[in-house]
Amino acid sequence: MSDVADRVKKIVIEHLGVDEEKVVESANFIEDLGADSLDTVELVMAFEEEFGCEIPDDAAENISTIKNAIDFIETQQG
Amino acid sequence: MFSLAEKTVLLTGASGGIGGAIARAVRERGAHVGLSGTRVKALQAVASDIGAGAYVLPADLSTPDGVNQLVAAATDALGGIDILINNAGLTRDSLAIRLKDEDWQTVIDVNLTATFRLSRAVLRSMVKARWGRIINISSIVGITGNAGQTNYAASKAGIIGMSKALAQEVANRSVTVNCVAPGFITTAMTEALSTSQTQKLLTNIPTGRLGTVHDISAACIYLASEEAAYVTGHTLHVNGGMAMI
Ligand SMILES: NC(=O)c1ccc[n+]([C@@H]2O[C@H](COP(=O)([O-])OP(=O)(O)OC[C@H]3O[C@@H](n4cnc5c(N)ncnc54)[C@H](OP(=O)(O)O)[C@@H]3O)[C@@H](O)[C@H]2O)c1
Repeated sequence: MSDVADRVKKIVIEHLGVDEEKVVESANFIEDLGADSLDTVELVMAFEEEFGCEIPDDAAENISTIKNAIDFIETQQG
Repeated sequence: MFSLAEKTVLLTGASGGIGGAIARAVRERGAHVGLSGTRVKALQAVASDIGAGAYVLPADLSTPDGVNQLVAAATDALGGIDILINNAGLTRDSLAIRLKDEDWQTVIDVNLTATFRLSRAVLRSMVKARWGRIINISSIVGITGNAGQTNYAASKAGIIGMSKALAQEVANRSVTVNCVAPGFITTAMTEALSTSQTQKLLTNIPTGRLGTVHDISAACIYLASEEAAYVTGHTLHVNGGMAMI
C-alpha cells in the first residue's frame, strides 16, 4: 500500500472513528462510513493539511470514496 | 444553573459598554475570558477590574489579518475557545441619500464580515470538540429598521440570517448559534440623549425604562449555558417590549 493511501486511511479512521477493516479503498464516506456532509468537508480540509495541497470545491465534490481521495492526492503529487 | 465553569470565552467589543458587562458576567459564572477591542487601555481596565482569568487580546476586526491573529492569540491565551461572543459593532449613521460607500462598507466589514470570519475560525475546533456556543449581538434595528441606519440595519439583519444558516450546519455537533438583539440600552452613547429625547423613547417601551447592560449580559449567559443546549438559530430580543417579534 502506498504511503498516501496509509495516510488517507489514518485520517479517515481518526476523524470518523470507524474500524480499520471498514476503511477499504472502495468505501464511500457517506454510504459506508456514516459520514455526513460536514464530515466530508472536514475530511477534505484534513487532507489538504496533511498533504499541503489545495483541493478545489469541484474536485472535492468528486471525492466520495477512499480511492477517490488517494487518486486525487497522488495526481497532485505526481 | 447557568454555570460556565471551566469554559473559555472569546468576547469582542469588550472595551465597550455592553462588552464590559458581558465580560464580568461570564467571569462571575466561572469562565476564563479573552477581551478584544482596539483600545488597549480600555481593555486593560476591564481586565484589571475582573482580575485573574481575563486576558487582553487587542485586534482590529476590520481586516482578515486582524481576525486571524485574534483567533490565534485567543487560542494561545485560553487554550481553546468554547464560546465566542461577537459583540463588537459600530455605527456610521446617515440618511441613505447621503451615505458614503466607505461608511456602508466599514459597518458591514466590522459588524457582519468580522462576525462571520470569527465564527468560521472557531468552528473547526468546536465541531471537533462536539461542543460550542456562538452568540452574536444583533439589534432590534436589524428587524425593525431605523431611518439613518441602512448600513447598520443591514449588518444586524445579516447577522441574524447568517446565524440561522450556520446553526443548521453545526447543530448535530452540539454547537449552537444564536443572537441577542438589544433594544435601547443605557450606555455612554445613550446617556448623551437629552431628557426630552429619552422621554419620547420611553413612550414606545412598555417596560417604561431603557435596558441596562446587565439585561444583555444575562441573555448571553443563558445562551452560553448548558441549559440552552436545545436553543439554536434563535434571536433573543431584549428590548423591554418595544418590539414584540
Ligand atoms: N447600546 C445599545 O443601545 C445597543 C443596541 C442594540 C445593539 N447594540 C449592539 O451591542 C454591541 C455593543 O454595543 P455597545 O453599546 O457596548 O457599543 P460601544 O460601547 O460603542 O462598544 C463597541 C465595541 O466594539 C468594538 N469595535 C468597534 N470597531 C471595532 C474594530 N474595527 N475592531 C475591533 N473592535 C471594534 C469597540 O472597541 P474599541 O472601542 O476598543 O475600538 C467596542 O469595544 C454592538 O454590536 C452594538 O451594535 C447596542
